[in-house]
Amino acid sequence: MSNEAARSSRTLPLLPALKDATLSALVACGLFFFMIGLRTEQGSTGALEITTRFETFAMLVALVFAGSFLRTLVFGRGPIPLGRAIPPSLARQVASASRFAAPALLIFALLVPVLFYQNRYLLDLGILVLTYVMLGWGLNIVVGLAGLLDLGYVAFYAVGAYSYALLATHFHLSFWICLPLAGILAAFWGVLLGFPVLRLRGDYLAIVTLAFGEIIRLVLLNWQSFTGGPNGISSIPRPSFFGLPFADAEGSFSWTFGLEYSPTHRVVFLFYLILALALLTNWVTIRLRRLPIGRAWEAMREDEIACRSLGINTTTTKLTAFAIGAMFGGFAGSFFATRQGFISPESFTFGESALVLAIVVLGGMGSQLGVAVAALVMLGGFELFREFQLYRMLVFGFAMVLIMIWRPRGLVSTREPSLYLGERKT
Amino acid sequence: MTEPLLSIRGVETFYGNIMALKGIDLNVNEGEIVTLIGANGSGKSTLMMTIFGNPRASKGAITFDGRDITQMPSHEIARLHIAQSPEGRRIFPHMTVLENLQMGATVADPTHFDEDVKRVCTLFPLLEQRMRQRGGTLSGGEQQMLAIARALMSRPRLLLLDEPSLGLAPMLAQQIFRTIRELNVRDRLTVFLVEQNAFHALKLAHRGYVIVNGEITLSGTGHELLARPEVRAAYLDGGRREAHGA
Ligand SMILES: Nc1ncnc2c1ncn2[C@@H]1O[C@H](COP(=O)(O)OP(=O)(O)OP(=O)(O)O)[C@@H](O)[C@H]1O
Ligand SMILES: [Mg+2]
Repeated sequence: MSNEAARSSRTLPLLPALKDATLSALVACGLFFFMIGLRTEQGSTGALEITTRFETFAMLVALVFAGSFLRTLVFGRGPIPLGRAIPPSLARQVASASRFAAPALLIFALLVPVLFYQNRYLLDLGILVLTYVMLGWGLNIVVGLAGLLDLGYVAFYAVGAYSYALLATHFHLSFWICLPLAGILAAFWGVLLGFPVLRLRGDYLAIVTLAFGEIIRLVLLNWQSFTGGPNGISSIPRPSFFGLPFADAEGSFSWTFGLEYSPTHRVVFLFYLILALALLTNWVTIRLRRLPIGRAWEAMREDEIACRSLGINTTTTKLTAFAIGAMFGGFAGSFFATRQGFISPESFTFGESALVLAIVVLGGMGSQLGVAVAALVMLGGFELFREFQLYRMLVFGFAMVLIMIWRPRGLVSTREPSLYLGERKT
Repeated sequence: MTEPLLSIRGVETFYGNIMALKGIDLNVNEGEIVTLIGANGSGKSTLMMTIFGNPRASKGAITFDGRDITQMPSHEIARLHIAQSPEGRRIFPHMTVLENLQMGATVADPTHFDEDVKRVCTLFPLLEQRMRQRGGTLSGGEQQMLAIARALMSRPRLLLLDEPSLGLAPMLAQQIFRTIRELNVRDRLTVFLVEQNAFHALKLAHRGYVIVNGEITLSGTGHELLARPEVRAAYLDGGRREAHGA
């Protein structure tokens, strides 16, 4: 490379910026021409007619051009040094504050029903976020710890939900009996998925698990006599407070405790229920990481062959990861069923798997705190932009891209060692 | 003579339809250091891995301590206390040094974990200061030491080492060889060693084998092999002038 080029790139990389911008604009042309430039509409006769929207198309391409031009001009071609944009003193403060992040979040979560008792909307949102935190933590065992890319996690959520719904509606079993049963059934399906994919890794594993998720959904959709098909299962028993129903009647929760009946009681109960289930998932994961099986998961993620020659049975290690991850998915599914009172295959599409996986990846593969924060950010973000229906996905995609540039390895990317010197061994 | 600890009889190994091992016969007796030398691609690492059942021998028999391990899964072979420091080291890069050692102790009795950590730290003092560092951030030489240390954590009866001196400064390579001898003399550890560094390996070993294109062509005591003209021509004279001084 000539001296001159090096010097000019240090001052203002006009030429490379122009080059990058032209390239991006060309790609945008190709993409947007069909997606935005042309549009089919039903004409007056009912036949499809092509209308053109070349102004919008030109504007978007120009926007891409300008954006790409500025990006190269300001940051050069390398990665955007967002890290440097934050002063080190602030970064240090953030780092020391993050030590308190987990307890602070936990205390906040515990207080949510107290603080927002009047706000039904926020309570429901909290329940939703916690459901995804739990799903994220469950999938984290499979993807984050064991390194098995699973795109069909929703299948276990579905198995849990349908197990609960069917057991509760047919056999009138209580939630506390159905919950473990649903977990066991989901774990069983986890093992079933595990067997055929034992020898697969990476992309191949992803494809098979994706197919598995779809198979389960299609079975639920088409096995009318058993699952109710597209109509789903309705009037699933709502949860009761250890036998005391939430109702305005004698023998109910409010009647027993001498409270005035309020439908919020049930919401608060559901909130604490999912919080407890999520914390159980977290606690089990943290415990398992310190046991031989958890260590084997993490080692297997790094080098399967090395694991085998150190005496680890990778077959059982993989199957337990699938089974335990699936079990928590099943628990979350049962909760979902009892909360909704109605389930149908529509709730268990690939989109759900993708969302949970996005939470795990965004959170930083394997970090418990990261997953919780990611679930909060993602679902909170969804709600925040609910009013801008049209642009929601756009903003969302843009935010994801930004986060991945800023923190390519997820929000919390540092791995906590599970063993320190001088610590008692298990 | 008593039965050898490890015996390999007529082992053939294939990669697809490429025959990498063409009927290997080899013995390692208890308490011995045995070395295998050969050119690049002659099948040394393949033999190491075949002992561990990955790839599996398609013909022949491998017995360890009187047990046929030819068809055993790798993890069960490891449970017989055979340990290896494989080609390419294969340490766990995101786990700390201490966690790597812990993985090495998978088949060991957990009650002597602390003691074993201390023991490998005395063998490799460089590792001691790096206990909390991630394996992937160690230097190449440190990673090599970690791979050997990890293998020792299981208190092996047989230690397989694939090119332990690879990428090490001559001083460090010497130190590794000294450590191997020390383990052999003091703990009566049986070692099967693959080396490019033929001169040092043959000087260290009680016995050696030469492998060419998947076949054993020569065997004998280390000193016998060092003196053989064909060994000198093929593996020593090229690089190692010390051979003449020895
Ligand atoms: N996974 C594999 N698939 C196909 N062929 C392989 C594979 N591994 C090794 N081989 C072939 O088998 C032969 C023996 O390889 P091996 O790794 O055992 O050699 P080596 O003696 O250890 O060589 P080096 O000294 O370079 O480490 C080589 O020809 C190699 O190309
Ligand atoms: Mg080799």
